Amino acid sequence: MYYLKLIFKNVFRAKLRTTLTVTGLVVAIVAFGLLQTVVDAWFAGANSASSARLVTRNAISLVFPMPLYYRERMRSVEGVKLVSYSQWFGGIYKEPSNFFPQFAIDHNTYFDLYPEFLMKPEELLAFQRDRQGAIVGRKLADQFGWKVGDVIPIRGTIYSGNWQFTVRAIFDGKDESTLTRQFFIRWDYINEEVKKRFPRRADQIGVFNILISDPSRAADVSRAIDAEFKNSLAETLTETEKAFQLGFVAQSEAIVVAIRIVSFVVIFIIMAVVANTMAMTARERIAEYATLKALGFSPGYVAALIFGEAMVLAFIGAGIGILLTFPLAKGFASSPAGAAFASFAVSEATVWMQVAAAVVVGTIAAIVPGWRSARVKIVDGLRHVG
Amino acid sequence: MGNTLVEIKNLVKTYTRGDQEVPVLRDITLSIDRGDFISLMGPSGSGKSTLLNLIAGIDKPTAGILRIDGEDISRLSEGQLADWRASNIGFIFQFYNLMPVLTAYENVELPLLLTNLSKAERKERIEMTLNMVGLSDRMDHYPNELSGGQQQRVAIARAIVTDPTILVCDEPTGDLDKQSASDVLGMLKQLNQELGKTIIMVTHDVHAAEAAKRIVHLEKGELLGEVTSP
Repeated sequence: MYYLKLIFKNVFRAKLRTTLTVTGLVVAIVAFGLLQTVVDAWFAGANSASSARLVTRNAISLVFPMPLYYRERMRSVEGVKLVSYSQWFGGIYKEPSNFFPQFAIDHNTYFDLYPEFLMKPEELLAFQRDRQGAIVGRKLADQFGWKVGDVIPIRGTIYSGNWQFTVRAIFDGKDESTLTRQFFIRWDYINEEVKKRFPRRADQIGVFNILISDPSRAADVSRAIDAEFKNSLAETLTETEKAFQLGFVAQSEAIVVAIRIVSFVVIFIIMAVVANTMAMTARERIAEYATLKALGFSPGYVAALIFGEAMVLAFIGAGIGILLTFPLAKGFASSPAGAAFASFAVSEATVWMQVAAAVVVGTIAAIVPGWRSARVKIVDGLRHVG
Repeated sequence: MGNTLVEIKNLVKTYTRGDQEVPVLRDITLSIDRGDFISLMGPSGSGKSTLLNLIAGIDKPTAGILRIDGEDISRLSEGQLADWRASNIGFIFQFYNLMPVLTAYENVELPLLLTNLSKAERKERIEMTLNMVGLSDRMDHYPNELSGGQQQRVAIARAIVTDPTILVCDEPTGDLDKQSASDVLGMLKQLNQELGKTIIMVTHDVHAAEAAKRIVHLEKGELLGEVTSP
């Protein structure tokens, strides 16, 4: 008790120094937490992927389409339960900065593969009955203030021209990890227009979305699908949905690695700052530590005082930092920059990493000053007075 | 052993600075009785503070015998010495060496934390001791709220609260005005005469030294002589 009292009194002794150090810690812990959340957000799509779903794309590249008639042959592959398809639409809503993923899908089957998208059955039915209908995720609808019945103008980039879609349904996610920033439209409507304007591009789709009956046989089923189209005009590459999503992340792996490095550099810098604070503190109090040792307190007690002080500093900074991370992440998520991420939520793992960072900062910052103060000769330490 | 509390024979202390060996104490032989009050005097560099540090167990001799109450403290390990100091030595420093973040009460409580006394027992002792030094109304004051003389009285209370065998005082009046110095010396005399505390005091001040029963002069690390008060 006395030990804790002495630590807390020492922590708030040099108020300006403590305030500045804690401020630095708060900034570092918040930055660390937000950067880790950015990394999590990058992987959010892959993490929410189902192991029962496969994605088949053109083996050469995702930008090359496949003929729609592959679907029937895929259905006949053993282990395949359901086959649907989708096509990247890639239009612009008002401004290019309003980016969100847009997919043209098979309106009859697509949502049977994605039970995590929750919507009213009558709204889904309305979408299936309207060729110009659209289904939007809750987060996207909230971002732009859309509601059912609104007409959304989209300027096509891949499929040029001005398109108009009517919101027929808004879906929610089954849980926090479900992405709800997508915009789904009907592939058959797009295909009809393509047939008129670019006949050679008609009846082509980007990816097949496949539901399998046994997730443990995903590799076998994938091989069987690809074997079916071996030596065809458009050979296929089938992989699990998670692997498919991770393929996207891998394209930007250098950025993810850089963000991770920066997040740890931030912690390293604050570690140096706290270590410097503790070293200054210990140097100023060398006579006090010598006095304590003269009175009979052990070197370990002196080291524990410094360790305790560093830990209290680190935990005050980390505590405030962690508490601030949540509203700041929320604020960032609702900002135009944050809208680029499908999901931007601080995970439990990130909070534990922030706590671990505080422990590491406090411990390392205390090692050298604690060791030096514990070892200082009483006679030398007492000379520091006056 | 008789009444001898501190027995020093052929004590040598040498510091090593680089390649050079600097002798600080040369062949010191001295004995201090229980209940004695001795002043160590001498110019700067005479070795008086070093001798005090050796007796207090915060430094170790290079050679010779140093027995306190029959125990050769030069053979004790660092940990054993810390325990020994906690139960046998009370320190009074020139600049008081109080913890600035602790109140007078908490400063006096510090050495009691190394004992097995309960909180209530500690409280009783602290209040009694602070009362003895005339600071019962300043218990909740921090050092920076007290005068130099009052701070030194807190330091005296801290030194005697564990009822140590020896009080070692390093220039206890060196930072005080005349009146405060006189009060502190009066208090030390009282502790010696009424409670029988053995006091070893280093001082430059002849007037302060006269408070002691014996005055020992050192110069260049050697004992020059001794004067005993009438």
